[in-house]
Amino acid sequence: MTVTELVSYEDALASYDPVMGLEVHVELGTRTKMFCGCSTSLGADPNTQTCPVCLGLPGSLPVVNATAVESAVRIGLALNCEIAQWCRFARKNYFYPDMPKNFQISQYDEPIAFDGYLDVQLEDGEVFRVGIERAHMEEDTGKSTHIGGATGRIHGAVHSLLDYNRAGIPLIEIVTKPITGAGERAPEVAKAYVAELRELIRALGVSEARMEMGQMRCDVNLSLRPHGTETFGTRSETKNVNSLRSVERATRFEIQRHAAVLGSGGTIVQETRHFHEDDGSTTSGRVKEEAEDYRYFPEPDLVPVAPAREWVEGLRAGLPELPRLRRNRLREEWGISEHEMQSVLNAGAIDLITATIDAGAPADQARKWWMGELARRANEQGTELSALPITPDRVARVCELVADGSLNDKLARQVIEGVLAGEGGPDEVVDKRGLKVVSDTGALSAAVDEAIAANGAIAEKIRGGKVAAAGALVGAVMKATRGQADAARVRELILEKLGVQG
Amino acid sequence: MPGITREEVAHLARLARLELKDEELDHFAGQLDDIIGAVARVSDVADEDVPPTSHPLPLTNVMRPDEVRPSLTPEQALSGAPAQEQQRFKVPQILGEE
Repeated sequence: MTVTELVSYEDALASYDPVMGLEVHVELGTRTKMFCGCSTSLGADPNTQTCPVCLGLPGSLPVVNATAVESAVRIGLALNCEIAQWCRFARKNYFYPDMPKNFQISQYDEPIAFDGYLDVQLEDGEVFRVGIERAHMEEDTGKSTHIGGATGRIHGAVHSLLDYNRAGIPLIEIVTKPITGAGERAPEVAKAYVAELRELIRALGVSEARMEMGQMRCDVNLSLRPHGTETFGTRSETKNVNSLRSVERATRFEIQRHAAVLGSGGTIVQETRHFHEDDGSTTSGRVKEEAEDYRYFPEPDLVPVAPAREWVEGLRAGLPELPRLRRNRLREEWGISEHEMQSVLNAGAIDLITATIDAGAPADQARKWWMGELARRANEQGTELSALPITPDRVARVCELVADGSLNDKLARQVIEGVLAGEGGPDEVVDKRGLKVVSDTGALSAAVDEAIAANGAIAEKIRGGKVAAAGALVGAVMKATRGQADAARVRELILEKLGVQG
Repeated sequence: MPGITREEVAHLARLARLELKDEELDHFAGQLDDIIGAVARVSDVADEDVPPTSHPLPLTNVMRPDEVRPSLTPEQALSGAPAQEQQRFKVPQILGEE
């Protein structure tokens, strides 16, 4: 393997204009597979969710999953695509044991959705339009385990084991048109596109689109052309780039690698490449001995899909608000910056904050808790915010207790800690841990007296008119009451006892 | 001009992982050419008012509801497998040594 010395990103961009094409596969969240009634639930024992259809046994016949077609049409509509009046499935023939039929049922020249676009918003608010070539329906492959190789890799494996539970799960493949004009922002556009597509898929409720679970996978096609030229260069296809960060890194790496090869007078080989998470590099995949020849032909076991126009229009009318527009609306309602909204999005907190506001919390409070204390704890535990064992309703209740003075921020953090520890709802935690703010004069009076007695010099200053010095005494009382005193009430009491006007 | 050449038959045989001897290639190339020629005659009679078709039935939108049906047991699923391991289908080495 030849190691190419990369050129710097800046130098690459100085000479070349990147052109990208992104192919994203989304596993639909249907209950059953694309062409049979086998369950799609995750984590089942190997080969417990198979049948004659998805095992490709002789005599079996596929039947299309109605919900999968509906999901495909809704994705197409949300991507501003045209929906085919009439389209067919096609057989993609290849020999590889991940598909027991020796072909994959896909769509070839008649995709169900085509010619659309998705507007993506970059971190500084700039909107970039990505053209959509097509979105088509197909089926996922089985899962291979390679035995005997160095690190479970296919190279050097003695044999492989196949679990066909995943074979036949509905996939939608979404292919962009060539993305030009992104220039130095190409990696950022690629990442933003995949992120926006993920948000869209989730908003439609057709898949959880969790990249770390393989429910959404991205292939990055990239080529460079010298500035001022129109013809596309030879592309490489980096397969299975499976996180947003990786999409950005893989694109950046390939720009630098292509520039190095082209700059030294070499030529880019059209090939598939593998991305390596550890160092962000890509390496050559299997070099194809001959051009791919899948011998597509119309699937004779399935009849055409012809979505009725009224049905399509009904689905269009039922589309949810698009995520980008919703984010902009919420951003204005919450009165925060693009940058702050981006942080909320990155933290996966939009729906949580919205639900907390719906449960009665003020927007700034809801955002403060989710993006502050709760984000910190999720981060510590290496979990997603939504996986924390606390509901928006409970966060809203904490906000309410703070607003009515029953809790201060310090106590509220303890309440949240209790809720996360499974001690019950906020009110229960307040009771069990005795966390109410103490504002009762009788209970506070003794603590205030003690603080004054122990800090004679400060008390004297306050008597002399230095009201600002009261903060030190408030601090002493808060410490003595383990943070439970009502700070404002304590301050009043101190000034009252020392005979000073506040 | 034949409907299919000997080279194309050899290419298809390779894609289909069929090992054909030279005389078999000659034999099948001739046979396939006859078949393709016969099928091609359909194009001669089909006019513009006859749409291309991939299915004899005038049906569209045959679908099933998204409802789970019982699957095979893993024992049943694996019963025809020449080899198995860890409740999975065992297949020979996929890539040859490089």
